Amino acid sequence: MAKEQLMSYEDAIERFEVVIGLEVHVELNTVSKMFCGCANNFGSEPNTNVCPTCLGLPGSLPAVNRKAVESSIAIGLALDCQIASNGRFARKNYFYPDLAKNFQTSQFDEPIAFEGEISIELETGEVFMVPIERAHMEEDAGKLTHVGGATGRIQGAEYSLVDYNRAGVPLVEIVTKPIYGALDKAPELAATYVRAIRDIVKSMNVSDAKMERGNVRCDANVSLREKGAEKLGTRTETKNVNSLKSIENTVRYEIQRQAFILAAGGKIIQETRHWHEDRGHTSAGRPKSDADDYRYFPEPDLVPVQPSKEWIEEIRLTLTEKPSVRRKRLQNDWGFADLEFRDVLNSDLLDEIEATVAAGASPQSARKWWTGELARLANVQEVAVQDLPITPEQVASIQKLIDSGELTDRIARDVVAGVLAGEGEPAEVIESRGLKIVTDEGALIAAIDKALASQPDVMEKIRDGKLQAAGAVIGAVMQEMRGQADAARVRELILERAK
Amino acid sequence: MTEITSSSAAVLAGLISSKKASSVEITTAFLDRLEKLNPKTNSYLYFNRENSLAQAKRADQQLAVGKAVSPLHGVPIAVKDNLTTTDAPTTAGSKILEGWVPQYDATVVRKLREASMPILGKTNLDEFAMGSSTEFSAYGPSKNPWDLSRIPGGSGGGSSSAIAGHLAPLAIGSDTGGSIRFPAAMTGSVGAKPTYGAVSRYGLIALASSLDQIGPVTNSVMDAAMLQDVIGGHDPHDSTSLPNGLGSMVQSVKEADVKGLKVGVVKQLSSDGFQPGVKACFDDTIEKLAAAGAEIVEVDCPSFEYAVAAYYLILPAEASSNLAKFDSVRFGLRVTPDGNPTIENVMAATREQGFGPEVKRRIILGTYALSSGYYDAYYGSAQKVRTLIQQDLAKAFTQADVLLTPTAPTTAFKIGEKVNDPLAMYLNDIATIPANLAGIPGISVPNGLASEDGLPSGVQILAPAMQDGQMYRVASIVEKLYMDQWGASLIARVPDLEAL
Repeated sequence: MAKEQLMSYEDAIERFEVVIGLEVHVELNTVSKMFCGCANNFGSEPNTNVCPTCLGLPGSLPAVNRKAVESSIAIGLALDCQIASNGRFARKNYFYPDLAKNFQTSQFDEPIAFEGEISIELETGEVFMVPIERAHMEEDAGKLTHVGGATGRIQGAEYSLVDYNRAGVPLVEIVTKPIYGALDKAPELAATYVRAIRDIVKSMNVSDAKMERGNVRCDANVSLREKGAEKLGTRTETKNVNSLKSIENTVRYEIQRQAFILAAGGKIIQETRHWHEDRGHTSAGRPKSDADDYRYFPEPDLVPVQPSKEWIEEIRLTLTEKPSVRRKRLQNDWGFADLEFRDVLNSDLLDEIEATVAAGASPQSARKWWTGELARLANVQEVAVQDLPITPEQVASIQKLIDSGELTDRIARDVVAGVLAGEGEPAEVIESRGLKIVTDEGALIAAIDKALASQPDVMEKIRDGKLQAAGAVIGAVMQEMRGQADAARVRELILERAK
Repeated sequence: MTEITSSSAAVLAGLISSKKASSVEITTAFLDRLEKLNPKTNSYLYFNRENSLAQAKRADQQLAVGKAVSPLHGVPIAVKDNLTTTDAPTTAGSKILEGWVPQYDATVVRKLREASMPILGKTNLDEFAMGSSTEFSAYGPSKNPWDLSRIPGGSGGGSSSAIAGHLAPLAIGSDTGGSIRFPAAMTGSVGAKPTYGAVSRYGLIALASSLDQIGPVTNSVMDAAMLQDVIGGHDPHDSTSLPNGLGSMVQSVKEADVKGLKVGVVKQLSSDGFQPGVKACFDDTIEKLAAAGAEIVEVDCPSFEYAVAAYYLILPAEASSNLAKFDSVRFGLRVTPDGNPTIENVMAATREQGFGPEVKRRIILGTYALSSGYYDAYYGSAQKVRTLIQQDLAKAFTQADVLLTPTAPTTAFKIGEKVNDPLAMYLNDIATIPANLAGIPGISVPNGLASEDGLPSGVQILAPAMQDGQMYRVASIVEKLYMDQWGASLIARVPDLEAL
């Protein structure tokens, strides 16, 4: 498909006001599905976590998963929403082969949570209040795989396979009200907002919150209007954007694309669009109108969800600290500079560093390990640093040995490599690899004397005040000790001998 | 007809538990009869002698080594073909499900099995239970044992004709607007629709979820009470099922006493529009009750006038959505059209070919009623009428313990008589629909033969929600008044099918 023409971002922002609206789908990590007892499991063999209800067999009926309702209420409370005293399910009717019943059990005019807000802090420190319209419960659809045909889409496919393992997985859809006034920051705000939602559901442990697995996905609505205009422009909805970077890019792209069309006197078509991260642009999906008729009506197979005040308060008590509050507290406690802290956030290492500090390491050393050596190793192995087979407790115990002088930084890296290689706990690695630092001063002095014997002029130079000459001897001693000596102590010993 | 096949289920259960007859003997007697006579009545869409006898044998073995597991232990039963069974195809009377064998048993079917009741077979119905004559079954109409040229009522005409023809001692029906009670009235049998939620709907192929309820079709009020005790109770698979049981219906029947009973006659359902012979039977029932000591009061339910109209918006709306799953993707019929067999075209061709005319009519009505811009005027208004009917009934039940109406406006009509007149067909349920809209229990009990055609008439007894016991109590009183007069049940007067 030919790439569409774009206006430069700066010109677009200069001329138009950007209005965005975000719909975030959060897959809950309940043990079972929304309306049946099937396992809510990622990665099982196709069509193994299924039953009459999630397959939509004739005669089957739904029954609400109480835990999913609890998680939904928790999300609502975390977003400062009101919780409905009478939340009703509704059927959203449309035909699609991944939808077992050809209707989705969702919520329509009586969502479980409504009227909330969340404060979002941008990189500049600027804070936006994003208004939340609603958070409602619904079920996910099955997964289609289109076989044959060039596009991988249903059109043109030879046949399609359906995996209903995902059918009936509980979702919470969080919908913002239109967000005005973000100006040139709209793309960043969109991505930061989604990250905030992801952090919240992750910190509450109601979702696995892995965007790459689709646990958190975003539909981004974008419209432009001439500055000063009252009426909202026609919007497009880019569906299922599933990385933070893509969300930012999508919004930016849509602003530039729509600006070009509007400036040329054209009209925006109300439609759904798809984002192609590899090609860096969106493409048109199906036309959509506000008159899309899903023939919603109250789900007659389910009684309304009527959470008692006591239950809501019980859930409120279990709420964890808000991620934004926690971030502020940790940065403060740890005394990290803004840049250092941003680095931690961007690599998503807050939990790991916090646990490492809790296990006894200093904040700075914990930070250096995770954003430094461990991040490097993860990069080499092409895995997420969080997925490395080393625990914060192990990292902290290695750091303690450095602090007590039993390991040098260099040896410590060998210990880490041993732990990652599956050789056991740090102590076992040290033992089996013989990585204890050499503290026997007699052995060190013998090694120093040996090195001095082959480099007789060194002592002269030191005595003449050229202390850097000691470097060559330190190197030789360290080599002799196979690196397992404390270089600083070796240096001290050399200088003592030169006296 | 043998002594066995003309006996009530209660009597058969007594024979089995006292070991005077085995479940195998009794089941065999019914299988012999239905294999011979089903070609005349078309009551059953499916039966399997071997399978039924295996179940009977298990029931006998259980009894040989222990006690009866239920009051109906070993008594065979017919099940309407819109309940899922893992050992028999389930069609709902539709071509779109022809040959489908479900992967699971309906909760009611499971309970029958747990009660050691052998299943004789699956009974005919109007397609997806849409109709009141079985003429909309894709597998041909069932015939009324009183007159084989007439309808046995619908949608549960398979079950009602099986009971009246003694092709089963007990049957399961489902009632969305009268599908148990209307056929009972047409055939002189007893049919009860329990309170909404009293019996689990899990495994009942849904017509209209907020109206559907499963219930018994039997020879006698006691048999119905016994069967409701077996199939009732909370089911975690059905969140609309009542959290608590309603007590023993059998106990209510045993304790039936007319003393202090206040009977309400609904003004709107006691005068116009009823066949004179049916009206005469109803008046006779009221007179009998008054003579027995019941107090008779007239109650006013003005909103009943709109019940049929509201029903024919709510039902099609829910049905249009419930029937969306029949799309060829996961089960049932698949029609692949020539040319361009895209998923849309396959779904459309399958539904075009697989659904009959009445089903299509209601899907279109329901889709329209739910469409944006029409929702408030149609579905929304219908729900308001529903609330008004509930209010009318609530008020009526402050004046009377139960309400009585004729079950049906006429006796059984001829096959073909109304099949091309949907409106006339819809009006058959004028007296039964309010109970479904309000979720209250209702039962039809035979109250005589209409003088002009000699065909059975039924009286309907309505009770407040969750007072199914009260309904059975009064049904038992009415039944006893007629037994005293007739000396036997009305069904004993059904013509000899073997001679017809």
